[in-house]
Parts: sequence; C-alpha cells; structure tokens
Amino acid sequence: MKDSSPLKTIGRVAASIGKQYGIYIVLLMLVLFFSIASENFFVSSNLLNVARQVSMMGIAAVGFAFVLLLGGIDLSVGSLVSLVNIVTAWLMVTAGWNPVPAVIVALALSAAVGFSNGWIIANLRMPPIIVTLAMMIIIEGVAYLICKGLPIFGFPKSFSVIGQGYVGPVPIPVIIMAVIMGLGMFILRNTYFGRYFYAVGGNEEAAKLSGIDVKRVKYLVYTLSGFFAGIAGIVILSRTNSGQVLSGKGLEFDVLTACVLGGVSVSGGVGKMSNVLAGVLVLGVLSNGLVLLDVSQFVQMVIKGSVLLAAVALDCLQHRKTA
Amino acid sequence: MLLLQLKNITKRYPGVVALKDVNLDVVKGEVHALVGENGAGKSTLIKTCTGAVVPDEGQIVIGGREFASLTPKLSEQMGIAVIYQEFNLVDGLSVAENIFLGRAIRKGIVIDRKAMARETAEIFRQLDIDIDPNELVANLTVGYQQLVEIAKAVSQKAQILIMDEPSAPLTQAEAESLYTLVEKLKAAGVTIVYISHRMKEVFRLSDRITVMRDGQIIKTMNTADTNLDDLVKLMVGRELRETYPIRKDCVSDEVLLEVENLSGNGVHEINLQIRKGEVLGLAGLIGAGRTELAELLFGVKPKTGGRVVLNGTEIHPRLPKEAIDCGIALVPEDRKRQGVLLDVDIKGNISMPILERISRFFTVDKKEEKRIAGYYRESIRIKTPTLEQKVKNLSGGNQQKVIVAKWLASEPTLVIFDEPTRGIDVGAKSEIYALVNSLVESGKAVLMISSEMEEVMGMSDRILVLRDGRIVGELERKEFSQETIMGLASQG
Repeated sequence: MKDSSPLKTIGRVAASIGKQYGIYIVLLMLVLFFSIASENFFVSSNLLNVARQVSMMGIAAVGFAFVLLLGGIDLSVGSLVSLVNIVTAWLMVTAGWNPVPAVIVALALSAAVGFSNGWIIANLRMPPIIVTLAMMIIIEGVAYLICKGLPIFGFPKSFSVIGQGYVGPVPIPVIIMAVIMGLGMFILRNTYFGRYFYAVGGNEEAAKLSGIDVKRVKYLVYTLSGFFAGIAGIVILSRTNSGQVLSGKGLEFDVLTACVLGGVSVSGGVGKMSNVLAGVLVLGVLSNGLVLLDVSQFVQMVIKGSVLLAAVALDCLQHRKTA
Repeated sequence: MLLLQLKNITKRYPGVVALKDVNLDVVKGEVHALVGENGAGKSTLIKTCTGAVVPDEGQIVIGGREFASLTPKLSEQMGIAVIYQEFNLVDGLSVAENIFLGRAIRKGIVIDRKAMARETAEIFRQLDIDIDPNELVANLTVGYQQLVEIAKAVSQKAQILIMDEPSAPLTQAEAESLYTLVEKLKAAGVTIVYISHRMKEVFRLSDRITVMRDGQIIKTMNTADTNLDDLVKLMVGRELRETYPIRKDCVSDEVLLEVENLSGNGVHEINLQIRKGEVLGLAGLIGAGRTELAELLFGVKPKTGGRVVLNGTEIHPRLPKEAIDCGIALVPEDRKRQGVLLDVDIKGNISMPILERISRFFTVDKKEEKRIAGYYRESIRIKTPTLEQKVKNLSGGNQQKVIVAKWLASEPTLVIFDEPTRGIDVGAKSEIYALVNSLVESGKAVLMISSEMEEVMGMSDRILVLRDGRIVGELERKEFSQETIMGLASQG
C-alpha cells in the first residue's frame, strides 16, 4: 500500500486533468484519428462543413445546457425545431408573408411553448421529463396538422441567406452559433440570472431562501430553451429550403449528448458553456468522420447512443465520488 | 483489552493533511469520546474506520487483525457500525422492517412480518426502547428514528458503535433517552466511540476522552482526570470560555417588528414585539412551531390571518425575496439543505441575496462582489485561502459563517437565527455569539430560535416559549431559568 502512493498521486492528478480537459482530449484524439483514417477529413472545406453541420445543434445546446443546469430536461427541443420550421414555411408560402414577420412570429411561438413548459413544471410541480415529453408529442402533432405531412417549399430568395450565406469563408449558421454560444457564456458568467441557474439547480431550497424567485427562473430558462430551439429551426429551414416535420427529429438527444459530454451534470448545478461547445464539436466530428469512412447510418446510431451512455455514466461516477 | 487500534495513520488530500500520524486506542467496553473543533479531522478518522477513506500511511488493528485499509464491507464484518447524523432508514417501511433491512426473516419467499415485529419488540425490550415495531419510520420523530438506528446496529451484533454527534438534532428530552441507551449499551459490553460538541454529555457519558486538533491527536486522557476548562483549552489551542460574550444593554424603546394575531403554517394567534437592539429568544420543543413562525415571517409559507408590521409599515411577504427586500434575513436551521450552495464558491454564496442590487443591465459587478465577500471574510473570520473556494470544502463552522456573511451583506434590520450553532465547534460558536451582539449593538434586532437552553438564556434579552403553535409564556431576563422554560414548553 505504501509504495503505491506516488502512483496514486499521479492517478489523482490525471483524474483531475481528465475531469477538466477530458472533452478537449477526446476531441483532439478524434480529429487525429479521422485525419489519419481519411484524407478528406482534415481539409479546410470539410472542417467548415463540420462547423456548419453542428451549428444547429450548437444553437439549441445553449438553451438545453441552461435547462440541465437547472436540474431539468427539455425533450421538446427537437419537435420545436420542426414546428418552427413548418410554421415559418407555412407563413411565407401558404399565407404569403414577408420572411421577417414570419420569423418573428415563429420565434415568439417557440418562446411561448418554452414558457408553457416552464410554467407547468414550476406551478404544477410535474417532472420536467414528462411535461416536455408530452409537449414534444403535442407540437409534433400540431406541425403535422399544419402541413398535412407534406413538405412546404418555394420561399423568397432572400430567406436562404440565413442558412446558406457566407461572410468571407465562414458560413452564416456558424456565425449565428458563435454569437449565441458567446451570449450563453456571457449569461452564465456575468449576469445575475445566470448565477441563479446554478443556484436553483444546485439547491433549490437554499436558492429560494436566499431570495431567488425560483419560479421566474424556471420560466426564463425554459423560455430561453424554446427560443434558441426556434432559432435552430429557422436556420435549418433556410438551409434545406423546405419545411419538413422531420427536420428536428431526435435533435434533443444529440443536444443532450453534447451537453453531458461537455460536462454539464444531469443532476443540475454544474457545467460550463465552453465545454459544451467542445461536446458539440465532438459529436459533429464523430458524425462527419464516420460518414467519410462510409460507416452505415445504423452503426452510427449505435455509436452515438453508446457515447451518450458513456457520458452520463462518467457524470454519475464523478458525482458519486464527490458525494 | 484493545479492540480497535489506529497506528500512525496519515491521510493527505491535495493541499491539506487531514490526518497526521494519528494513534488511537479504543479499549473494549469503554465509551471513548472524540472531541475537537470542526475541521479537526474527526470525520476523516471515522471514515478511515468505516472504509470510506483509504489512509496513505499506517495500520488499523481490529481485534488483533491488522489492515492497511478497510472497505465498508470489511469494516461491517469486523463489527464496526456508525450512527450518522443523517439516518439510513427507509421512511416508507415499518420500524421492524428497517431493523431487518436486507436480512428479512422469511417463510419461503414471503416476508414474515410477525416474526420480525416479535424479534424487534424483544430487542427494544432489552434496550428499554418504547417504540411500536409496526409503526412507519416516517411517523417517528428524529429522536426515535435515531434510537431505531442504534437498535439496528446493535441487532447486527456491532462490537464498536461509532456515534457522530448523535445528540445534535435532538431535543433535551430525546437526548436524555439517548444517554440512557448509551449507558445501557455500555453495560452490555458494547464499545462506543462518541463524537460530540456538547461538553456536558461528554463528561457524563465517557470513560476516556481524545482531543483532536488540526488533524492530530492532541491528548487522550481519563475523563475523571480532566475538567471542562482544560478540555476546551486543548480543543481550541487557546484560552476560551464556553460562556456568552457580554454585551451592553442596547435595547431601545422603539419597536421594530410587531406581530398581531398571526396564524398559519401550524402556528396560532401569535402576538409579539421586537424592539431595536433586542435579542428575542424563541424556546420550545421541536415541533412547537418556532421554525414555522420564522417561515411565516420570512414569506416561506403563507399566513392565514393576522398582521405583521415592520418599522411602522405593514408587510405581506409571499416569498423570501419579498421579505429580504423588507429587510428581514433568515439563517436557516438546516445548513446543508437550506443554507449553502455547496458547488458554488464562497463569494457566490455571500453575494446571492444581493446579486440584483450589485448588477447593472443584468451584469454582476464582479469587483463589488469580491469587495463585499472579502470584507466579510475579514470581519467574521472565514478561514479560507481564497474566496473562490467551493463551500463544500469548508468545515461546518465556516459554512455557517458564510451563511451569516451572506445575510449581513444584505444589510437587514431583523435577523432570524434558527439553531445558529447546531453542530459547529466551540470557537465558531462564540464568534457567532459575538456577531449577534454586534448586530443588536448597531441597532438591529435578532430573533433567535435555539434548542440549546443555555444558548437561549445566555443570548436573549427576553424569551418567548412556544408550545403546540402558541405562545405559552414570556420571560424577562431576571426570570430566566431552565426549569421554568422546560416547564412551560413541555406541560399541557
């Protein structure tokens, strides 16, 4: 036992480095691996492609990270993306609206759905997983009702700029993601309500007794989650140029995986936005690289699911250790 | 005969040495008290014995067998059982089922409830415990739950019972039955390691006392050979009396808080007044409605009737936030559950109630936050190298100081303290008392709830006694006596 203590010290140091920078190490290793395995991976056009592919996930992940910090979950993110997608398309094509009011109305709608999630969770004290699961099914149904299951297309040309445009070499969706990630980081680090997310997620009772209006914090967080999902929905719509109910299908799980990979605890109160970005990139690099290596879509599903499981397992292990 | 022996145990954590070359002998059949300030290393020491902590150096010898470290399972097999402050009982099961948890008596595949109840009753009879084996644990008071926990350990043939501040959550009467049980167990040959901050019970129960300080064993001695003053001196390493700091009479004639016929949350028709510069004590048994009254005043629970007037204006706080805005602060009873944010750093904890005040355009003024936190770290001596330290890494006493700092920062006019010194060490206690004094000396008012009789009497200008949600007596300082208060609190 005695002679193993230097080893133990090394182990402990390694563990603490792993805890803080683990996700970056994983990212680096993935990039290295795919660079060696495929000559098409580490090429600037492909890397920008990865960035554009992850931007929708990254945008939605900001709101989702807030919800996780609060100790909740928002399963409605994916179908909210679909709903915004369909509603915006319907307003522009079927109702003939200009893109600007159509986008504004759709975003307001997504924020309103998020607010309803928050209101129900805070006031009826229902488990977030059930509330947002129900909401997910409801809004998916609504989206189908609006479009009758058919894709909606034929948008004004100007609308495609959001998803397909570039500023210099950088795709606009990537810029939108960067801005929203930056905003998320600023909210968590510098605003008082960002601090409240941690407080409520860490110890709701203590937060309440410290003078935090817990209900209002919940309204805010779920509203933001809905709102950011809405933005992701607009970006996807503009990029695919066609409104489709399935556009956001399953996004909530990618986003959840990215957040947990980025070290946001599923039990609330712990997490950093910069690491969430790394989590998003890991997932993006993984799907892009697997496609380049011609791995079948079904194998990809197995891998993604395993990654989610591993990330949550790691989170739980860490919590047990500190408890 | 030596039953448990720790030899040269050392345990290091990054940055601190939690145990430094610790040697401890526990003799079979004795009650061995372990005392020391918070952060002295008592918890780490116990965790070494239960296998929760693996020591870096040293040996643990139990009943002649030598180990470099234990596992929880091994520790249990060697007959070590720990009674923690948080109980490991299942609320939804009966007392008997809890006693036999994990080793239920069965007939085939069916649990034999009757047999378990019978055997439980027998264990209780031997230990002189008066609890119905069929009662649900959820319906028991904290005191009874603890007796069940102890009975469970004994029924599992524990040789060494480690009790970690067992009396901390108990009322005086409950503590009495705990003491009786400890004496009974000792007579039955069970070895007990008893950790406590309450010096009186240490002297009453123990055969030997070991004092710890800064991760080291300072001294082990026979209880008969020492006295309170010496013991306290050894614990804090400096002279300190377990008495209450004197404050000059600063009660003014001006009424700060007036409560008329306040009802709700289990209290009825409460009438009281607190003057500026006054410490009003609230005495009573657990469940008498003291915490419940505090919750009403602080807006945690809604009132059903009555008026609360603060500084001449009637207030209706419906949330703690609103009470705080009126100038009320509450230092809650349960530090970990209600007081601190364990994963947040010290300055983040202190600034929590005033974050919006020190923000512009939603953005926290971090310099101001740091200045305020730094000011309180100095003025109430929170022991920490940095304000960025997470609160979970602090000792109980320091955590309590962080909570007090948080409320001082909100600059309240009325501070409610609910069990302000529960489970904290002697040194931190007297610092909290001094703080209360400085609060009232600066014209603020304090409402102090405490189950420690001496504390209420030592600190209050006036005491109100509650029973069953009503005020049943009001005592002026010259009328204070333990007997009178107990009499009022418990009759009826």
